[in-house]
Amino acid sequence: MKHATFEKGVVEMGHGAGGRDMADLIRQLFVAAFDNPDLTGEEDQAILHFPAGRMAISTDGFVVKPMFFPGGDIGSLAVNGTVNDVAMGGADPVALSCSFILEEGLPLADLSRVVDSMAAAARAAGVRIVTGDTKVVERGKGDGIFITTTGFGQVREGVTLSARNGRPGDVVLLSGTLGDHGVAVMGRREGFDFDTDIVSDCAALNGLAGALLDAVPDTRLMRDPTRGGLAAVLNEIAEASRVGITIREDALPIRPGVAGACEILGLDPLYVANEGKLVAVVPPDRAGAALAALRSHPLGAEAAIVGELRDDPDHFVEMETAFGGRRMVDWIAGEQLPRIC
Amino acid sequence: MKYVDEFRAPDLARALAAQIAAEVQPGREYRLMEFCGGHTHAIFRYGVKDLLPANVRMIHGPGCPVCVLPITRLDMAIALARRPEVTLCSYGDMLRVPGSRRQSLLKARAQGADIRMVGSTMDAVRLAEENPDREVVFFAIGFETTTPPTAVAVRTAAAKGLTNFSVFCNHVLTPAAITNILEAPEIRQMEAVEIDGFLGPAHVSVVIGSQPYDYFAEEYAKPVVIAGFEPIDVMHSILMLVRQINEGRAEVENQYTRAVTHSGNQSAKALVAEVFELRRSFEWRGLGRVPYSALRLRDRFAGFDAERRFEMTPGRAVENKACDCPKILRGAAIPTDCKLFGKQCTPQTPLGSCMVSDEGACAAYYKYGRRRAAPNRVEAAE
Repeated sequence: MKHATFEKGVVEMGHGAGGRDMADLIRQLFVAAFDNPDLTGEEDQAILHFPAGRMAISTDGFVVKPMFFPGGDIGSLAVNGTVNDVAMGGADPVALSCSFILEEGLPLADLSRVVDSMAAAARAAGVRIVTGDTKVVERGKGDGIFITTTGFGQVREGVTLSARNGRPGDVVLLSGTLGDHGVAVMGRREGFDFDTDIVSDCAALNGLAGALLDAVPDTRLMRDPTRGGLAAVLNEIAEASRVGITIREDALPIRPGVAGACEILGLDPLYVANEGKLVAVVPPDRAGAALAALRSHPLGAEAAIVGELRDDPDHFVEMETAFGGRRMVDWIAGEQLPRIC
Repeated sequence: MKYVDEFRAPDLARALAAQIAAEVQPGREYRLMEFCGGHTHAIFRYGVKDLLPANVRMIHGPGCPVCVLPITRLDMAIALARRPEVTLCSYGDMLRVPGSRRQSLLKARAQGADIRMVGSTMDAVRLAEENPDREVVFFAIGFETTTPPTAVAVRTAAAKGLTNFSVFCNHVLTPAAITNILEAPEIRQMEAVEIDGFLGPAHVSVVIGSQPYDYFAEEYAKPVVIAGFEPIDVMHSILMLVRQINEGRAEVENQYTRAVTHSGNQSAKALVAEVFELRRSFEWRGLGRVPYSALRLRDRFAGFDAERRFEMTPGRAVENKACDCPKILRGAAIPTDCKLFGKQCTPQTPLGSCMVSDEGACAAYYKYGRRRAAPNRVEAAE
């Protein structure tokens, strides 16, 4: 059971010192919230039964600011982000490990809220958080809370996904609207005071990915367009598969609020982060089945076919603009910045 | 998106493209300079170039705020930021612009300088209020669009009695630069740039109005069409320029009537006049020293003038000799003419200012138009 003392007070150096305070924090907060038989708080490791076959592993660090944003927080993001990276390999995520770096002075109520959110996200995704670590750094040496999660998943039989698998003619699908997460977070960031009703799309994609693989086991590859947005993912695919990609601007689903915010700030939704969308590449004759499978899942209701792979020795990603022209879609350089003039 | 989609409508674009194609005279070249980086960006982002006949050539002008700042001034800002008591606030694009000896504000920050990226001048004022023990300096750059917000910051700081806020003023004036492109003998000696007409600034003209352009339409017999930043605005303005050229007219026409009036934004102009005065001359990257082309703080606000407050003096700037930014800013070269373009100089490793900002011509070429310059590609006739 969660202890009442986590509703007030702040993280102190003692919470990471290996003594009674740390043991209390681990047992009464983390173990209580993550509540599963593999996590007892008594061992230095989790020991899992792992079925035969291939295992997918992925690790990711989360440093999002602000810690809480519309539609999620650093906790749900830390679970979903890693679950998604595992799922994009065609694996069903099984277990997560997590490492917390807490800054001295972090309100325990905030930590508790983040931990509860992680627990809820893990339950929703059907994964267990089985082991973890906590460190506390002095005030000023961190940014409230940093979380690193590592995910383990069982790769489906007969499924081989890789960014190298794309071939000219293959079809590119996108599971839903672009840019929701990035705009939701930016709207709450210091210095950008604008109100928006956009909420982050932060969600676990293993269910959606599973639905696609059930229908189209010969899917070539899946990717989640997080940092760097859709543009980065398409460029990664083009380089790894040694092809060019053409997308159509008028096929890209974008919410009006996101489009409006990007317009005001001078951002391009192609480069804005998503945390609950996937990009899939499938053989041309499987495009219809893939689209139907994505749309049958609640997270893929707005899925669309957005482009094709093509022969191109330069491995360029191009877009047919809604305006009727063509342009390159390059990697982003540095950060996207609002325009000056 | 209402009031945006209308100005990006493909059917309208096709109709305008057909109209332009029908009206251009074969055998005649239409060399049109779009002054603003915002127009360059729109032309590339929406693929406007693909919709224009081959004899309509767009020449990219110097209207990119970070591009025209000379290295000397950037070096001064970097030196100022390195002073231990100073917190320097800057718009984001400026941080990555390379100064002398491969320095930049971003590198200075990594080496310990206190440099903050702000989205508004008022963020800098707020920082000064919250940190009374720091000397907060706003690194002010840009054309007439960004000048009124700087004036507001100075007035606010004065009203609040802030003694730790100042502005390193680098605001420049558009009409002076256009005149200079048309007039300055040293520029004509460097490279003859024949321009048949101008796409006039969008946001700048919202502030200053269309009136300041009357002079050089008359004096230099060059047509000017003030154009909005949306692709339909750009195409419509190109059509208007083609018509003026065909008919031998040289007038100031306003395509951007939904935002630009003849006399502009009176209160913004009054605010700027209250806080700033003309400099006798100011150095522009690519254009050299241009008379009466920039602003400084009036004596009344001398306490907020970082140049006076910190006795800032220019050092000796080191230009990268291979970088063609100066020529590109004059319209005398296009980005792909530069030996560094796409090789040593990319948006990841910019060697010149034009590769940094989204409004820079090199960045627009690299980001959207590299296909045309690709080494492995023989472009099909378009």
